[in-house]
Amino acid sequence: MGRYVIRRLLQMIPVFIGTTFLIFVMVYALGDPVAALFGDRAPDPATAAQIRKDLNLDKPLVTQYLLYMGKIFTGDFGTAFNGQSVTELMGTAFPITLRLTIVAIVIEMLVGVFLGVVSGLRRGGGVDTSVLVLTLVVISVPTFVSGSLLQYLLGVKWKVIDPAVSPEAPLNELIVPGIVLALISLAYVTRLTRTSVAENARADYIRTALAKGLPRRRIITRHLLRNSLIPVVTFLGADVGALMGGAIVTERIFNIQGVGFQLYQGTLRQNSPTVVGFVTILVIVFLIANLLVDLLYAVLDPRIRYA
Amino acid sequence: MRASPRVTRVVGATALALSLISCGGGGGSTSGGGAPNPSGIVSSSWTDPQNPLEPANTNEVQGGKVLNMIFRGLKQYDPRTAEAKNLVAQSITTSDQQNFTITLKSGWKFSDGTPVNSKSFVDAWNYGALLTNRQINAPFFSYIDGYAEVHPDSGSPKAQTMSGLQVVDDSTFTVKLTQKFTGFPVILGYAAFYPLPQAFYSDHAAWLKKPVGNGPYQVDSYTRGQGMKLVKWDGYNGPDKAKNGGVQLKVYTDNNTAYTDLQAGNLDVLDDIPASQLPNVKSDLGSRYINQPAGIFQSLSFPMYRSEWGSKDALKLRQGLSMAIDRAQITKSIFMDTRTPASDWTSPVLKEAGGYKQGVCGSPCTYDPKQAKKLIDEAGGLPGGKVTISSNVDTGSHRVWMDAVCNSINNAMGNDKACVVNPVSTFADFRKQVVAKQMNGMFRTGWQMDYPLIQDFLQPLYYTNASSNDSHYSNPNFDKLVNEANAESDVAKSVSTFQDAEKVLAQDFPVVPLWYQNGTAGYSKSVSNVALDPFSVPVYTGIEVSE
Repeated sequence: MGRYVIRRLLQMIPVFIGTTFLIFVMVYALGDPVAALFGDRAPDPATAAQIRKDLNLDKPLVTQYLLYMGKIFTGDFGTAFNGQSVTELMGTAFPITLRLTIVAIVIEMLVGVFLGVVSGLRRGGGVDTSVLVLTLVVISVPTFVSGSLLQYLLGVKWKVIDPAVSPEAPLNELIVPGIVLALISLAYVTRLTRTSVAENARADYIRTALAKGLPRRRIITRHLLRNSLIPVVTFLGADVGALMGGAIVTERIFNIQGVGFQLYQGTLRQNSPTVVGFVTILVIVFLIANLLVDLLYAVLDPRIRYA
Repeated sequence: MRASPRVTRVVGATALALSLISCGGGGGSTSGGGAPNPSGIVSSSWTDPQNPLEPANTNEVQGGKVLNMIFRGLKQYDPRTAEAKNLVAQSITTSDQQNFTITLKSGWKFSDGTPVNSKSFVDAWNYGALLTNRQINAPFFSYIDGYAEVHPDSGSPKAQTMSGLQVVDDSTFTVKLTQKFTGFPVILGYAAFYPLPQAFYSDHAAWLKKPVGNGPYQVDSYTRGQGMKLVKWDGYNGPDKAKNGGVQLKVYTDNNTAYTDLQAGNLDVLDDIPASQLPNVKSDLGSRYINQPAGIFQSLSFPMYRSEWGSKDALKLRQGLSMAIDRAQITKSIFMDTRTPASDWTSPVLKEAGGYKQGVCGSPCTYDPKQAKKLIDEAGGLPGGKVTISSNVDTGSHRVWMDAVCNSINNAMGNDKACVVNPVSTFADFRKQVVAKQMNGMFRTGWQMDYPLIQDFLQPLYYTNASSNDSHYSNPNFDKLVNEANAESDVAKSVSTFQDAEKVLAQDFPVVPLWYQNGTAGYSKSVSNVALDPFSVPVYTGIEVSE
């Protein structure tokens, strides 16, 4: 097990270098960040040259990348063009997005797994059919529709919540955005759990457990659910990464100044240090989430072993 | 000042907007009720400024908003008439339009207690011009003698200060320009020319965290990316003391969210109503919606560096395309009257006296599809059978109006493939292509005035090799008239010479005037007396908060 973890960690190094380089090249290819600084006015050539020099933008791409990576290993992610350090930006953005992600994941797990189990056990019944229809609807409604709608109804019409989340983004203000963010994944979790539960419910070991006379609750939680959760855990693991970086729509609707928004703004303003820095961290989050998922398999199913 | 990439502002003064402006300054509390609370805080929408908040480094509206609250310059533009009036300056005199003597009023102070004297201005301007400080507004100082030494085109600066600036005593300094420029005093109201306290240089990092100026407000706290709290500065002795206790600027990730917050009563002032809300803004806000002219001019430029578009023979082609655009219909149905069809190359905020003149463009700006097709056919048809319109489409509603313009051209040509939109994903990429002269059809150009002077609408845009001459238009006759106008001592004559230059532009037609853009804003029931200045920035000092 220990050796397995070490091997996986070592594998992360080439993935890490490869992704950062790709992102670096892509952001570089987007356009000229210095021209964007000047807006509709053609940049004053002398000032633009000075800015390029100060930001190392006049050097070849590979040199720029090496200089950038060299700094990253000393913990310096560079400076956003507005003069703020990227580390500082991350310090405010990541905790906010992390809170949002946790809210969303918790909702997904609790509601999704519950609905999945209920409908899986009563396959073909009324509950099952309505859950299926409901998830289909949720999957087909885009996030910006559900988000804007909930925001208008709860925020403006009924005044239950404030439409915009305050800059500090405390947990209680993140519940509605969390629900919006969770909705689509929630539908997938429900469907995955339902199929998995429905299949396993007819497995031999469940019949054995039933024959032993075990209480129904115990059969469902200890035997059925535990075996049915493997695909769900895989999905959730990948989802953590996706939610951390892909919450752009939700974050913009609810005024959450998290990772998605910073990435969006960084891309718009061609701010390569911001984009590369944030994506680098996201890559690490993804890699670690995946490792944790793989380790969880062994916990859920003792037959899976890692050497 | 460039038009911000998020161009969602307005034109077409409605009677409503006019009535709102005309009550500016009066104490008429129109909504909310209750006596105004002089210590009430106004919350207002904001987006993070693109560059550090230094006067010579800010050329967009959001940073300009703050500078406009914490600084006061030699001149100030009247929020209603755009007239430049002496503020910190006692007098600005010249006998030859090239050497200016500026004297300051006594008693002006920065909010840290230090006095505003000649040195505050001279040092600030020298800082702004020096190449190694890489201030993006540096070219504004290029009128001043000695600029070439502190800001050479290549290499390092040969001097640290401009020889054209001389401090005479605490309240007097002289400015020598490189050439005659009658309008020079008017540009001194622009942010780049604000004075700076010594603290700016002695502890720059601390100053950036909490800028200190000489305006009616002072910065209480500033969290980058989240917001800024400004409070009324009691030591301010200028004529426009704040009628409220302060302003809370809140950063919004999306203007639509700010709009929702305004509806829910959590936000007092939202400038720049998002385009998607324009159809319903009147029913949502009623009389709390402002839509008034701003100094923003939108146009389509031709790449004059390409012979198929820039040659003499292509003149009819350019005019024909302009004539094929149904401006009135587009401004009405797409922009909901937040733009007004343009008929010259300036802006109505200049007023007639300032050089705005309806109809300079003449027939090419009047929609006439039949005549348009005739002109284009006479010029040999569209080059390659089609024309593209390029713009970034990441912000604003550029895609929508460009499609409409194309449809209008296609209808006129009777060919639904005559005009195609060439969307460029980001503003930065679009600018890169424009600067690199890679345009091969019409492309979007926008101009937000820096100061209310007809010179600002013509010289930076159409003078040979000027900083924002994206079409690379060049006509010696135009240049000559601009030079003459700048050297003219009589202001009215100077303006009319600029108008002569504009007529040259109308004959050559390198740029299609589209529309004048308005400023839009909405406000909540708890504030009153909200107005926009000609730069479409809310006049914060006049806002009253009801209890």
